[in-house]
This record gives sequence, C-alpha cells and structure tokens, in this order.
Amino acid sequence: MSGVSFQNVQKSFGPVSVLRDVSLDIADGEFLTLLGPSGCGKSTLLRILAGLEAQDSGSVSIGGRGVDGVRPKRRDIAMVFQSYALYPHMTVAQNMALPLRMRRLSPWQRLPVFGRLLPGTKRAGGEIAAEVERTAKALGIGHLLERKPGQLSGGQRQRVAVGRAMVRHPAVFLMDEPLSNLDAKLRVQMRTEIKELHKRLGVTFIYVTHDQAEAMTLSDRVAVMLDGELLQVAPPQEIYADPSERRVAEFIGSPKINMLDGVVRERGLIDVAGSTLAVDIDRDQGAEVTLGIRPEAFHVADRSGPGALTGAVRFVEHMGSDLFVHLDMPGVAEPVIARLLAERAPQISAGQTLHLGVRPNRALAFTREGARIRPRVQWTPAAGATVTHLREYVQ
Amino acid sequence: MSAGHRLAPPAAIARHTLLLLTGALVMVPFVWMVSLSLKPPGEIFRTSFSLLPEEWHAIENYTKALTEVPLPRYMLNGVIISAAILVLQILVCAPAAYALAKLDFRGRDALFGLVLIGLLIPHQVLALPLFILGYNLDILNTYAALIFPFVVSPFGIFLFRQFFKSIPDDVVHAARLDGLSELAIVWKIMVPMAMPAVIAFSIFSVVSHWNDLFWPLIAVRSESLMPPPLGIMAFKNEEAGNDYGPLMAASTLVVLPLIVVFLAAQKWFVEGLGKGSVK
Repeated sequence: MSGVSFQNVQKSFGPVSVLRDVSLDIADGEFLTLLGPSGCGKSTLLRILAGLEAQDSGSVSIGGRGVDGVRPKRRDIAMVFQSYALYPHMTVAQNMALPLRMRRLSPWQRLPVFGRLLPGTKRAGGEIAAEVERTAKALGIGHLLERKPGQLSGGQRQRVAVGRAMVRHPAVFLMDEPLSNLDAKLRVQMRTEIKELHKRLGVTFIYVTHDQAEAMTLSDRVAVMLDGELLQVAPPQEIYADPSERRVAEFIGSPKINMLDGVVRERGLIDVAGSTLAVDIDRDQGAEVTLGIRPEAFHVADRSGPGALTGAVRFVEHMGSDLFVHLDMPGVAEPVIARLLAERAPQISAGQTLHLGVRPNRALAFTREGARIRPRVQWTPAAGATVTHLREYVQ
Repeated sequence: MSAGHRLAPPAAIARHTLLLLTGALVMVPFVWMVSLSLKPPGEIFRTSFSLLPEEWHAIENYTKALTEVPLPRYMLNGVIISAAILVLQILVCAPAAYALAKLDFRGRDALFGLVLIGLLIPHQVLALPLFILGYNLDILNTYAALIFPFVVSPFGIFLFRQFFKSIPDDVVHAARLDGLSELAIVWKIMVPMAMPAVIAFSIFSVVSHWNDLFWPLIAVRSESLMPPPLGIMAFKNEEAGNDYGPLMAASTLVVLPLIVVFLAAQKWFVEGLGKGSVK
C-alpha cells in the first residue's frame, strides 16, 4: 500500500514539451483520475510513473521511496492498457500467470521442459495456477482460462487485462483509458466494476481518461490536465462547481459552459448580454470580466430586468426530462444553451423571446485572460444537489 | 475468388486460362525432370516426345542415384547446414531486429541504414573476402565454412524489424511490467507473435541454402561435406555427361524434401496469418 508523488516532473519529446513542471501527491488508497483531451500528456505521466518512460527532470516516488531509474518490474505497480496488450499467442491462463511466474520462479525453473524437473517448480506452479483461477473467477472469466485472447470479446479481454494486473497484488494500479475500446453500454457496466474493484482492493488507483463521465463517477479526486500542465486537482464536484480557471470550466460539463463577456457596472453588479447580473466579486467599476454560466444554472424568469438575461430562442432540443434551449443573446457571439426542466418550462418554441434568471452564486467569474475570480463570500462544495447534478450532466 | 465476388463466365475462363498457362510454364522443367528420371538412356535422346517412358527405368535410375554417389550423405549435409544456418540466423536476427524496432538509442537509424545497405550487396561480391577470412580462421573445408557467412542475415533483420514494428508498444510495456527482461521479451513475446514472419523467413532461408551451389563450391572440397547441389555436380562430372536418367533422379530426390517442407509450412503460414491480432 502506498501513495504516489510527482515532484516537478518535466518531459519533452524533441521540441515538444509534453509535461511542464507537474507536481502531484496521491494518497494511499486514493482513486485519482488524470483527465484531459488526447495529447495533453496524461498518458506520458502514467508511463513515467510506471518506469516505461524516463522524465527529463523532476522525481517520482512510490510509497515514499524514490523510483527514478528503478526498472518497471521493481516498482510494484500494474497497468491496464487501452489496447489491453494481451499476449495473443498465450492462453488467458498463461497471460495471467506470466507476472507471477516471472516473480516466483527462478530462470531455471521457467525453462520449458527441464524446469519442471527442478525441485519446487511443481508446487510453485500449482500455487500460481490456483491464484490465477481464483482471480479469474472473481472477475467472472473462470471459464475462459484455456481460450486465447483472439477468441474473446472486447469486454472479456478487458477483464483478462485487469486480471493480469490484479493477480500479483500491486501497490499501485494504473489504468490507461481501459474502457475506450468498449461499446457505450459495456463501458458503463465496467465503470461500476472498476469502482467496486477499487473498493475491494483498497490500493491506489491512477486512472487516465479523456471521458469526463468516467472521471466524475469513479474518482476521489480528478486532476485536469491540458497541454502538459496540471490545471486543477480536486474532488469531482469541486472541479465542476468551482473550477480554478476558464479552461477547466470549459473542459468539464456537457453541454459546455456558456461564456459571456461582461463589464463591472459597480461592485457586485456586472453588465452582460444587454442586462445586469448580481455577482459578488471584488472588482472595480469598468473591469472586464467573463461570466461562465452552466446550462442548468438558468431558470425561466417571468420578465426581463435586473438579474435576468433575455434572448431569442434558436431551437429547442427535447431530451426527455430536460430541454436544451439554444438562444441568441445581444452581444454574445456563440448561442447560449440553457438546460431547463421540461415540466417547469412552459411551451418554448423557436423564434420566441425568453427571459432567463441565473441561480444565485452559479455565475462563475473569470478575468479575460481566463483566471478565476472567486466570489467574496467563499462558495462551499457542500451544496448537496451539485454532486448528483453534475454526475447526471456529464453523461 | 478471394474477394468473394463472382466473375462472369467468359472473364473467369480467360483468367483461369492465363493462370493455368503461367503455372504450366513454371511447372514444365520440373515435369520434364521427373519424366527424364523415369526413362532409360535410349529414350532420353529420342527426337519424339513423350511424357511417360515406353520402358520404365525408374528403379534403375533411382538406385543408381542413391548408390553411385553418396546422395544420402549430401542430403544429410544439406539438412545440417540449412538447419544450423537457420537457427543461428534467428538467434542473431531476432534480438537485432527487436533493438532496431523497439528500443530507443543513439545511432539506431544509422545502424538500420547499414542493414539496408547489407541487403543491397550480393553475396557473390563478398565471396573472395569471405574465402580469405575462412582461410585465416582455418575453417575452410569444414561445416563452419559453409555456415558462417550466412549467420547474420540483413534480410532476416529487416523482415523481423518490420514485423516487430507492427506489434504495439503496449505489449512490450506490459511485458516489462510483468517482469520480463529484454531478451525474454524477444523470445517469449516478440518471436511467437511474429510466427508468420519467422516461417516466411525460414522458408526463404532453407530453400536458398539447400539450393546454394556458389559458396559450397568455393568453401569445401571434401565430398563428405558437400550439400546436395554440389554433390549432383560431382555426379555429373563423374558420369561424363550422358547418363541423364540417374542425374535427373538425383535432382528429383534433392528437390523433394523442399517441396514437402514447403507444403507443410505453407499450411502453418496461412494459419499464422489468419490468427487475430491483439485488439
């Protein structure tokens, strides 16, 4: 059991800087997700931790022990790859037994025929077979042990890959986009299984994904990465409701957060999209800010006026329980999307003018450069509804 | 039709005629060889043409081929030499190809460039330097002389390297995490996964060294070391040229193992290619 720590890790491939000064501490037994678009360096960070890639500078430690220069097999970690990376010429049982054979049998004992004659090989081999079988049964692939990977479905291969990683009880479990090759339904199912696996094993999990739904549902904490930088590391609900900067706010959430440019009219009041909203920030008159408003932070208002935005409805998407209303607002280039509860919203149709209020404290303020401007009264993530909300919203 | 579509009958007939004709063209010398190996000397030089002999002389020809010269010995030599060359080639080529395909080190591309240059140089060009090298090592007229020039095969390195490159890096990474050493990765993961390439290379290697005449002619003198083609040449010289029946019988016997091996391996080859990949 061990935590993981990255200290000022840097890495570049030729002129391309992939990781810029990444520092991150992961607690023992934590489920941490590295979330970011492809090419943001999250997989590289994982490979550096695994010892498959060497960092240019900085240091990595596992369980308080520096592992720089330590070979992958000595790091006590296991990894599940996006492509599963099973050995196609070996059966499932052989795939899963290999890490144990490499650790428990001497090189002589591993020899094909001769090895079996050596003392202890048979007993060790039997133990390994028993452990493989136990692990396979726990993952529901006990009946597949004699098959080869080519004869398995995607979900089954995924389980074999997890089994191969699990069987030797690593201190840290790394997963590099393990679900991205599965179809949507299976992905949701495997997500639950991975969550349960983490609970059962209680070891540190580091999970890499570009899928925010996976990050939000699985993690204790999410580390958002972009262009080789760690933008924010926080629990999922905080990442969603209290992003540290504009890029995080824009990356998390679907539909995307609405970004509206505005100007401070006076302390606590911001002129935006032809109206005025009350946002409690410490900025003086005339300061240029950008307001980020999540689609579900809107509600229908009776009339225009202070505290409400007015727009012309472009079109309406019916999602069952919700409506996605796309609106044009004065002075806003991109259409604003509002997510409204279908039962609460009156009949809305294209071309109509709609007044939208913003829930208190749900307008996030940013400087034009993208830095977050925190409200004067600090927002607390305890606001109960948000967690369920955001889980639902990122699907 | 492999693509699964059917051609219209005229097109199909035309295509098959063409294929059969080309096939026949390639087959003619072999058929002729087998035919001659069955005929008595008188019939071989007859002006009229017939595929089957009027008077069967097969037993005499084949007996003569097997007894006049030590043909079994030549063939045993062929097996020893081809097998030793193949085993050593794979032992050298697979790790070299792995390094060129999957390891990152300074000068890798330059080394691969040298391999490509090696591919371009015909063996005959190197015959004299190799002969002198063999002389200095004092291994001329031994099995070693027949084997050593072929142990490092640029073609083998090239072929394996291309195949290894197509194996995802993640497999190598997984193997490293599973605790395999780099050499263990080569022998336990890469080579088994590259079986189609290994078999293709084996066919290529065995055929070319079994049939090689040029280098054995230079490297060995003693009859007990001669591979089959050189042995057949010796045969021809002894028999002063007009006893073609036994000569053809000997040739048939020499080609036969290759055909058998090729047919057996071909089945393997197709199977190896047909197996699903990692994903």
